[in-house]
Amino acid sequence: MELGVYSFGDVQRDPETGALGTTAEAQRNLLEAIQLADQVGLDYFGIGEHHTYEMPASAATVVLGAAAATTKNILLGSAVTVLSTDDPVRVYQQFATLDALSNGRAEITAGRGSSTESFPLFGHSLNDYDDLYAEKLDLLLRLNESDRITWEGRFRPSLDDALVVPRPVNGKLPIWLATGGNPNSTVRAAIAGLPVSYAIIGGDAERFAPLAQLYRQAVEQVKVPNADVRISVASPGFVGEDSNAAKELWWNHYHEAFRAIGEIRGFPAPQRAGYDRDANGKGALFVGSPEEIADRILALHGAMKHDRHFFQMDLGQLPQKDFLRSIELLGTKVKPLVDAALAEKADAQPETA
Amino acid sequence: MTEPKVIGILGAGRVGTAIARRALAAGYQVRVASSRPATEIALVLQFVAPGAIASDADEVIAGSDIIVLALPLSKYRNLRPDALAGKIVVDAMNYWAPTDGVLPEFEGAPSSTEVVADHLAGARLVRSFNHMGYHEIDGEARPKGDAERRAMAVAGDDPQARETVAGFIDRLGFDPVDAGRLSAASAFDIGTPVFGARLDRGQLKAALNLPAAA
Ligand SMILES: NC(=O)c1ccc[n+]([C@@H]2O[C@H](COP(=O)([O-])OP(=O)(O)OC[C@H]3O[C@@H](n4cnc5c(N)ncnc54)[C@H](OP(=O)(O)O)[C@@H]3O)[C@@H](O)[C@H]2O)c1
Repeated sequence: MELGVYSFGDVQRDPETGALGTTAEAQRNLLEAIQLADQVGLDYFGIGEHHTYEMPASAATVVLGAAAATTKNILLGSAVTVLSTDDPVRVYQQFATLDALSNGRAEITAGRGSSTESFPLFGHSLNDYDDLYAEKLDLLLRLNESDRITWEGRFRPSLDDALVVPRPVNGKLPIWLATGGNPNSTVRAAIAGLPVSYAIIGGDAERFAPLAQLYRQAVEQVKVPNADVRISVASPGFVGEDSNAAKELWWNHYHEAFRAIGEIRGFPAPQRAGYDRDANGKGALFVGSPEEIADRILALHGAMKHDRHFFQMDLGQLPQKDFLRSIELLGTKVKPLVDAALAEKADAQPETA
Repeated sequence: MTEPKVIGILGAGRVGTAIARRALAAGYQVRVASSRPATEIALVLQFVAPGAIASDADEVIAGSDIIVLALPLSKYRNLRPDALAGKIVVDAMNYWAPTDGVLPEFEGAPSSTEVVADHLAGARLVRSFNHMGYHEIDGEARPKGDAERRAMAVAGDDPQARETVAGFIDRLGFDPVDAGRLSAASAFDIGTPVFGARLDRGQLKAALNLPAAA
C-alpha cells in the first residue's frame, strides 16, 4: 500500500516568536518537505491548489518541478487541481512536462476543490460550477488519449486538430477523480474508468467503505477497457513519537485551520470533544504515535481495501520542524509497520490476496 | 394524519443518502430520486442505503408521506409546486454562494427556506436538518433519553406538519425542538451560532430564545 503526504503549502508560524513566515518561504519549505518524503521512502506527495495568504500553494507544478529534479522515486501530483478555473490544455501541458522531468512520476487529481478563491481570481462565475467542471474534465481526459485533439465546448475556444505536447513518459498520465462523498462522483469515476480519491476529513472514516464497494461494483458493471481501478484516501493526519503529545500539539493547529475556514463558511470553530473522537478509533483524523497510525490505516484498509493513503499534516501554520518530523515518522516507522502487516495478511490467505 | 410510513427524498447526495440510511434504520420505507435515471440511483442505493427504492421525482412525491428536499439549492426551481401542493415537505437545503452561485433572490432573504416556501406555495413546508452536517446526521443519531442525544430545530407555518416532522426526527434519533413559524428558521440558518454546533435540547432552546419548559 502506498503512503504519502499532501499539503496546501501552509505558511508556518515560528513557535518561539509567534511570527508568521512569508509566502515565499512557504514554497521553499514545501519543496524541503517533498524531498524529505522521498528520502524516507514515502510513495506520494500532492499539492492542493489554494490562493490565500495562509495557504499560498497557487502554482503547484512549479514546486513539483523543482521536486522532480531533486527527488528519485516519489510520485508527484496535485491534491487537487481546481480544474473548473483552469485551462485543461495548460494543466495537461504542465503535468506532462513535470512527468518528463521526473521520468514518469507525475499525476493529476482533478476535483472541484472545497475553496473557491480561484473563481473570481480567474474570472469565472460560480453560477457555472457544475457545468464548468464537467466540461473541463471531459477535455482533460480527451487530452490524455492522444496528442492531436479536435474539441468544442462552451467555456473555452474550440480546438481543431491541435497538437498538445509533451506526451507522458508512460503513454498516459494517471488522472484521479477526487470526491468528498457524493455517491454520484464515485459512479462517475467508475464509468470513466478513472481511479478515485476520497477526501475523508471528519466523522467516522469507515462510512466511506460502502462508496468503495459501489466504485468496484460500478466498474464491474460498465467494464471500461483499460480502466485504472484504484482507490486512495486523503485525510488530515499527524505522526509524533508520543500519542498524547502529538494529539495535543496538533489540536492547536487543527483548531486554527478549521476555525478560519468556519469563519468564512459560517460554521463554528471545532470543539475539542469532536477532535478527540475523530482522532481516535475509527475517526477520520489520523493523529498519534506511529504504531497507532499504522493500526488505524490497517483497520480502514480492512474496510476499504484502498491502494493509497495520504495525509495533510501542515494545517494551521504547523512549524516546519514538526511537519518534517511527522513526514519522517510516516516513512521510517509507519510505512514498515503497514507493509509488514499487509504482507503477513497476504501470506495468510494467498488465494484471495 | 396517520403515522407516516413512507419517506421520499429528492437528492441522492451526501445529505439525501444519510437521511435515507437513518430512515431505513428507523423502520420507514424510503424512496429516493435525483436528476439521474432510476437505474443509476438504484446502483448507488444498493451500497449506500440498501433497502431504499430508486424512483423518479413524481413517483417519490406521489407515494410518500414526508418529502425531504436534499438537492442543491441552486436547483430548487426544478421542484414542481403543483406536485408538492398539500404535501409535508422538509427543506434541508442551504444557500452557500460559493457552490450554489450567486442567486439574487437569496441574497438578503431572511432565510433561504422562505424563498423556497414562496416557490412551493401550497406545500406544507417545514424547515429542518439543515443545521447539522451530513456525517452527523449519519453518525450522531442516538436513542431517546441518551445523554448525548443532539437536538434538531423544526420550523414551519403548519403546526400539524411541524408535529409530524418532529415525530420523524425523533424516530431518526434526534430531539426535535419546535422553533415555531417558518420565519424562526433564520435563527438556525448558515452563519448563526446554531449552525453546525453540537447542542442538546436545552442548549438549542436557549440558543433559539425558546422557553426551557414545554
Ligand atoms: N453537506 C452537508 O453536510 C449538508 C448539511 C445540511 C444541509 N445541506 C444542504 O443539503 C443540500 C444537498 O447537499 P449535499 O451535500 O447532499 O449535496 P450533494 O452531495 O451534491 O448532493 C445533491 C444531490 O441532489 C441531486 N440533484 C441535483 N439536481 C436535482 C434535482 N433537480 N432533483 C433532484 N435531485 C437533484 C444530485 O444528483 P444529480 O446531480 O446526479 O441528480 C445529488 O444527488 C444542499 O442544499 C446543502 O446546502 C448540506
